[in-house]
Amino acid sequence: MSTATKTPTAPHNRRTPSRAAQLLGDRRLPVVVTATLFLVMYLVGLGRYQNYGFGEPQVFLNLFIDNGYLLVAAVGATFVILSGGIDLSVGSVIGFTTMLTAWLVEKQGLPIVVVIPIALGVGAFGGFLMGYVIHNFEIQPFIVTLAGLFLFRGLCLVISKESIAIDDSSVSSMAQAQAQLGVGFLSIGAIIALVVLAVAFYVLHYTRFGRRVYAIGGNEHSAMLMGLPQGGTKIAVYTVSGFCSALAGLLFTLYIQSGDPLHATGMELDAIAAVVIGGTLLTGGSGYVVGTLFGVLVLGLIKSIIQFEGTLSSWWTKIATGVLLCAFILIQRAMTARKKT
Amino acid sequence: MTTTPRWRALTQHHLFWPVAVLVVLLLINVPFTPDFFSIKMTDGHLYGSLVSIVLFGSPLILVAVGMTLVIATGGIDLSVGAVVAITGALTCSYISDQADQDSLAGVFLAMGIGLVAAVVCGLWNGFLVARMGIQPIIATLIIMVAGRGVAQLITDGQIITINSEPYKLIGGGYWLTLPFSIFVVAAVVAITVALTRRTALGLLVESVGGNAEASRLVGIRSMRIKIMVYVFCALCAGIAGLMISSNTSAADGNNAGLWIELDAILAVVIGGTSLLGGRFSVGGTVVGALVIQTLTTTIYTIGVPTQTNLVFKAAVVIVVCLLQSPKFRTKVFGGKFGSGSGAKGGGAPAATPADTAPTTATAPKMEVS
Repeated sequence: MSTATKTPTAPHNRRTPSRAAQLLGDRRLPVVVTATLFLVMYLVGLGRYQNYGFGEPQVFLNLFIDNGYLLVAAVGATFVILSGGIDLSVGSVIGFTTMLTAWLVEKQGLPIVVVIPIALGVGAFGGFLMGYVIHNFEIQPFIVTLAGLFLFRGLCLVISKESIAIDDSSVSSMAQAQAQLGVGFLSIGAIIALVVLAVAFYVLHYTRFGRRVYAIGGNEHSAMLMGLPQGGTKIAVYTVSGFCSALAGLLFTLYIQSGDPLHATGMELDAIAAVVIGGTLLTGGSGYVVGTLFGVLVLGLIKSIIQFEGTLSSWWTKIATGVLLCAFILIQRAMTARKKT
Repeated sequence: MTTTPRWRALTQHHLFWPVAVLVVLLLINVPFTPDFFSIKMTDGHLYGSLVSIVLFGSPLILVAVGMTLVIATGGIDLSVGAVVAITGALTCSYISDQADQDSLAGVFLAMGIGLVAAVVCGLWNGFLVARMGIQPIIATLIIMVAGRGVAQLITDGQIITINSEPYKLIGGGYWLTLPFSIFVVAAVVAITVALTRRTALGLLVESVGGNAEASRLVGIRSMRIKIMVYVFCALCAGIAGLMISSNTSAADGNNAGLWIELDAILAVVIGGTSLLGGRFSVGGTVVGALVIQTLTTTIYTIGVPTQTNLVFKAAVVIVVCLLQSPKFRTKVFGGKFGSGSGAKGGGAPAATPADTAPTTATAPKMEVS
């Protein structure tokens, strides 16, 4: 795959870099590592749980069905992290969207087709506001999106302290709709998630906007000196993230068919973890959205394996995620250290 | 606004805005609870809203004080909530295994185990940040994600309840008519202030935060300082973890210290410490933590539905951050406002946009906190 910003800095070293150094210098390495990890985990799972039906295609497809919302959220987070920022409000916006949707559909009686654009608009507007404050008042993204985290989680509770179940027939028919693939099926949520991924791939790698995101993440000052409209790009990046979070919230609503003020608590961390495991540099400017897909799949596979194992408890998910996160951060570190010399 | 020199000197003090916010918040309570400031003596214990604000705010103050030093070095520690959970989980599970839960030796040993675990977490964070050169927000994210899993692993996913009189003292007991935790907090704050303001340690921390590379070149062992502040921060979080689990007589891997890292960062920011590092104020942080606790209490007492708590907090974060942003002050106040609580980090004492405005030309360029 080609990126516009990819002009390998071909360091004129005194000696030709060793093969190990060359390998570490390749920015596709983390994606390859993650993909390999996924494959190895899958094969191990296949070996261990063959008799329990791990090998069935539907188990694989379920990874997309069960993690579609996380994929969408992580794609949004990829934009922000590529630009060198961070968005902590993701989980709260998802939770708020489930709540808003459930409330509008159940308590206000609005049809779901009207609710969907409202929810997406609110999420995107929230992201826009955060981006506006970050850019115009030069406050760190971390603290502004932290305020967003508090705000949206608070708004969830303002709507209702109780969870709201969605009984609306059009919602449940949407949630249960399946696309047959011959070997199995995908839910609407999974398909939307894959479409979002494809769009993000196109935008990041083939459009002017995508190039600006990479440029700003690579070096904001150079980007500014080059005359790139960094303000607009930054605000747009947070708007994209807000939109993706709201869309993820809608998919989560479909998946779980209720709104709850505590839904998706801490999911921003899952999203960030998926992006990092997918090989995107947290300092910005380097990474692929395809890596994010593998990051989400790895996290999803951990959950499936824990389910198949039966004796392991859910908290092992957190520990495994942390260990993976650590490993990939250290790989990133080794790579960037190599580039500097 | 009349700006007599004295008034300006007052508003320029780094504690002015945090204290002003705290006073306003406290006063808001008076119309709703007229006896808000009264303190009663019952059963030899002092009771009153002010006492409970300090009591319930104790863990937050501890965590926030540790966080202040980390932020002063230009870092951040997201793992404190998980450390709170791990410490509580280890200590409670050790005590609950004892035949005699009231045995002093057992309780001390349990607390020791918990605090050692906290220190190990701090060492790990410090190692990643200082030795491996990983961004603090990311390095500490690892324990933030994995730590709660570990805590649940220790408690086996259960909420471990204990019944130990001596242990109850730390978070829920009284001593000399006051809640014991107030003394713990006072001791930690006093030691921190003494170490950072009576020795050169504070200066070294600020220097590392201002410019780690320059500090290293002038001979400051910035790596060691960084590791030290992360260990200190984790230790503070560990003590807070003891306090929380002692107060509830239970260890809850999932919920103990949930969101406390965010509240602590908020307290530090309200206290006037710049997130960019290079300058800190422990006093400001204590006031900041009290502001947050008072806000929570106020929301309870004036009868606003408690669920709006988070919305208020968000509003406070936004307002405080906007006031701290030089760009915002220039745009909104046109530079007429003193650069009071939040000039940019001490590493950059040069003119911020607000400073360059003619009205503040005589203002001191650098604050000594």
